[in-house]
Amino acid sequence: MNYVKKLSLLLVVALVVVLFSFSVYAQEYGGTFVFGRGGDSVGLDPIQVTDGESFKVTQQVYDTVVMFKPGTTEVIPGLAKDWEVSEDGKTWTFHLREGVEFHDGNPVNAEAIKWNFERWGYEDHPYHIGGEFTYYAYMFQDFPGVIKEVNAVDEYTVEFVLENPQGPFLNNLAMVSFGIASPEAVKKWGEDYFKHPVGSGPFKFVEWKQGDRVVLEANEDYWDGRPYLDKVIFRSIPDNGARYMELRSGSIDMMDYINPEDVQSVEENDDLDLILRPSFNVGYFAMHQDFEPFDNVLVRKAFAHAINKEALIGAFYAGLAEPAKNPLPPSIWGYNDEIEDYPYDLEKAKELLAEAGYPDGFEFDFYYMPVPRPYFPQPKMIAQAVQYYLSEIGVTANLLSYDWGTYLDKYYDDQFQTYILGWTGDNGDPDNFLYVLLDQTQNNCGYESEELHEILIEAQKSVDKEERVALYEEAQEIIHEDVPWVPIAHSTPPLVKKTMVKNYIPNPTSTEKLHRVWLDD
Amino acid sequence: MTSYIIKRLIALIPVIIGVALVVFLIIHLIPGDPAQTMLGERATVEAIEQLRESMGLNEPLYIQFISFFKGLLSGDLGRSVMSNNPVLNEISVRFPATLELSFCAMIFAVGVGIPAGIFAATHQNSFFDNASMLIALVGVSMPIFWLGLMLIWLFAVILGWLPPSSRLSVGVELDYITNILLVDSIIQLNWDAFKDVFSHLILPSVALGTIPLAIIARMTRSSMLEVLKQDYIRTAYSKGLQDRIVVYKHALKNAFIPIITVVGLQFGVLLGGAVLTETIFSWPGLGKYLVDAIYARDFPVVQGGILFFAIAFVLVNLLVDISYAAIDPRIEYK
Amino acid sequence: MTNEEIKRRPSNPWYEAGRRLLKNRIGLLGIAFIGILVFIAIFAPLIAPYDPLAQNIMGRYKAPSSEHLLGTDEMGRDILSRIIYGSRISLQVGLFSVSIALVTGVFLGLLAGYYGGFWDMLIMRIMDIMLAFPAILLAIAIVAILGPQLRNAMLAIGIINIPRFARIVRSSAISIKESEYILAAKMMGASDVRIIFFHLLPNAMAPLIVQTTLSIATAILEAAALSFLGLGAQPPTPEWGAMLTDARSSLQQAPWVATFPGLAIIFGVLGFNLLGDGLRDALDPKMKNV
Repeated sequence: MNYVKKLSLLLVVALVVVLFSFSVYAQEYGGTFVFGRGGDSVGLDPIQVTDGESFKVTQQVYDTVVMFKPGTTEVIPGLAKDWEVSEDGKTWTFHLREGVEFHDGNPVNAEAIKWNFERWGYEDHPYHIGGEFTYYAYMFQDFPGVIKEVNAVDEYTVEFVLENPQGPFLNNLAMVSFGIASPEAVKKWGEDYFKHPVGSGPFKFVEWKQGDRVVLEANEDYWDGRPYLDKVIFRSIPDNGARYMELRSGSIDMMDYINPEDVQSVEENDDLDLILRPSFNVGYFAMHQDFEPFDNVLVRKAFAHAINKEALIGAFYAGLAEPAKNPLPPSIWGYNDEIEDYPYDLEKAKELLAEAGYPDGFEFDFYYMPVPRPYFPQPKMIAQAVQYYLSEIGVTANLLSYDWGTYLDKYYDDQFQTYILGWTGDNGDPDNFLYVLLDQTQNNCGYESEELHEILIEAQKSVDKEERVALYEEAQEIIHEDVPWVPIAHSTPPLVKKTMVKNYIPNPTSTEKLHRVWLDD
Repeated sequence: MTSYIIKRLIALIPVIIGVALVVFLIIHLIPGDPAQTMLGERATVEAIEQLRESMGLNEPLYIQFISFFKGLLSGDLGRSVMSNNPVLNEISVRFPATLELSFCAMIFAVGVGIPAGIFAATHQNSFFDNASMLIALVGVSMPIFWLGLMLIWLFAVILGWLPPSSRLSVGVELDYITNILLVDSIIQLNWDAFKDVFSHLILPSVALGTIPLAIIARMTRSSMLEVLKQDYIRTAYSKGLQDRIVVYKHALKNAFIPIITVVGLQFGVLLGGAVLTETIFSWPGLGKYLVDAIYARDFPVVQGGILFFAIAFVLVNLLVDISYAAIDPRIEYK
Repeated sequence: MTNEEIKRRPSNPWYEAGRRLLKNRIGLLGIAFIGILVFIAIFAPLIAPYDPLAQNIMGRYKAPSSEHLLGTDEMGRDILSRIIYGSRISLQVGLFSVSIALVTGVFLGLLAGYYGGFWDMLIMRIMDIMLAFPAILLAIAIVAILGPQLRNAMLAIGIINIPRFARIVRSSAISIKESEYILAAKMMGASDVRIIFFHLLPNAMAPLIVQTTLSIATAILEAAALSFLGLGAQPPTPEWGAMLTDARSSLQQAPWVATFPGLAIIFGVLGFNLLGDGLRDALDPKMKNV
């Protein structure tokens, strides 16, 4: 018996080895990879943009000091091959790879990295121009914010001195926004740098036809090995259906944002694969506690019982999402899987409403987003479905919407009684969800909990990961009991590729480098 | 004639100033903040304030209007908030797409509408007359966007004969010179591209051209009927001239004045219809761009774009009046 | 010649017009269409097989069958029932927005036409400016200011239709204000109000009635367009144009979602266009058939 077991194990191992080596040998150099997407890039200077379509391109052109391991939010070496942090968590020292060059031939050294951070962080820097440097101020909390100074210790050693310890600091440095640009190129182009990006990444910038395409070519000297692909082209095809037709007709090799209605036909097509990006977001229904009767936790719990998340996901996400029970997506460490969600139970919901003093229901305003986001691909339909669920427990929701700018404006101004909205993570740290969205100094649903606040602040200051995990798990329990939101779903945004496109590993953070992707002609 | 044109042009000035003022006021009455829209979920109060400052949105309204108007006189409409490109560039890239579409729609409408109207008039109360006028009436009653959906469904989804959206297939290479792609492909002698561009134009042109087609057919028929009843036509008949010659030489010449008016007016209507048609067919023209800009609260683009549309509209109407005057000797140039 | 003699003509022209309308096949067809529409709107709860708002998200995009004659939409709602209830909204939009345009337009037109001078200049320049915008674009801008709601869409459509009415009334007022009988009435001490309401307005009545009918048709179309763009009726209201908003992405899978609401729009609009044509022939045989 034991013998058979061993033999079969051996067989499996052999098979895996053969398959693996086969796939390694089959990798081919060459070819042009055309990616069809929903919109054009806004700009190609990563620190100046906030949209995914810009980051898709800058991810290829630039390197960051550290980066995310493919398919995860785990931090691995980037331009820095290793690093250490001081006891007090305030001084980080990075040792850079030697001999790396920008696409214009200038060296990537400690001075270049110092120059980039000073350009971003110092408002009086001569090249602090061309935009608002939004993400710098956002992740480092101001200009220059948490980063007190950046020192070039020697040619290949750079040191960051922080104002106070920042738990997510390393994760922040891995974000695509903080791609290191060639200082000479920034000086050369000034305000127009966003059209002439120069980094040290796996692909060099060739051409940008605005509204149509961005063309990149392989960086022969990339430090992580020459990319398999010769050329990458990002094409803008705004309509989801039209883009899908182009993919089927063969003029593009891959696309994102497919209509849920088309998912089934992808699955039936042998030449196409559906791959899912790990979930890194949350879509939720929020109840603002400044408004009656949402100050009553029984009412909020009743709503949590009234919404059938499974059905919503089946109908409006084509099943490509998982029901949410926490604000944090399960792909992020610290996720508390012990929590048991409020089950869909109309009778229970009605009981809770009656207990709260509203046996005959009530009427309120319910706002839905005017634009689809990854966490709510069809917000109008989802809102209508939620409205209908709530009508079944006797409460009347008036559906309303505004244009996106006004919508966010009124959301920040605490004018919505109830609304749907969501969040996509930035840096893979739980703080980036729990503190940002639900701390009493931050949230826009009138939720106040001193207990939660203390836990979140403690977790921010801590540098011990195990301690932070325990704190965040506790935080999620408090949130579960207080029900400031009904979390609806964590979507896994689908990508569709031709089967000939190999080794495309989607990262939860929405962008990934393409130098390991190859084409099997 | 020249002085008439000059006078008409001068009369346009107050209208255009008024239009500029109205556009400016509309923009600043629209609630919503472009800074907020741009920054999205991650907007912080400080970031919004900073962006507003750099966009000049914190200046008093009259200062903003003065700088808008000054820019206008020197042909500078400012820069788009979303793309940071000069608004005039953005318009000059997209307007040719709208023009191309409108022009093809007009050719379709005139090419089918006038012959159908003439035929109906010369065969009054025949089956063709009744049927075509009924179809025309249905045509006027049809929502453009629905017609567009049905055309896409039938010709793109079911039959697969024609592309459902955009101007050019993804695989087709073509350099944009004039941005009117039919012209560009001819200049470059690129017949594959020409065919591709043409196939993309068919569905949106039919959708956009159907209402003008119906109106033109009805107008042609009724003005032809009127002329045919008049004495000199009867005289021509009695002289023994052949039917065909009477119709085309005499009647058509006289019926042409009202027809041309309607055609001109419809051209203006087409510019408006382009907003819906471009949305349905993802046509990258000025109409769709403007709607997107309104949603995004991209003030400079909305200002510049609506103004551009309005001026084009007014100029087309003027052109109609002038050609009207040129054709009809009875009109005096006051 | 006295005022009274002019007013009393041998036979009543309105009676004549009514007789001509009843003989006019096109006009009768229009009346029939509108009659059906009004009937459906009034008795919607009795006719509709389902609640137009009742969802079944497990039964989305069901093809037409004996259970759902016109199929179900993206929320699993019965399309037939929604179309039936939608008739109420379209009629309401047509009447309400055209009333705004009619009342304001007539008032401004009379002011401009009768008093002339400064008022005429001011009002007609404003009308010129409004006409300088493509109508749908102006409506979009107005709704953007007021917020996307059906009520605001109706208001916007009312506003963009004002110039047509103002122009009709103005030109009609100008054409007769210098005529002898108006001058005579003035000399006899008739007040401006009396002249306006008893002389100028009746004179413009025929083209106004035709224009009102035709404008209801375009108002229904414009409201559908605004709702289609998400600027009019809000979900889950069963407005015909709004029902088409999400139909594009499901054209392949569920073409019936796009087809039937569009046919309903055509039916309603065609009714008013037919009646308008018939009225034009009946009221003034000389008016051009444009």
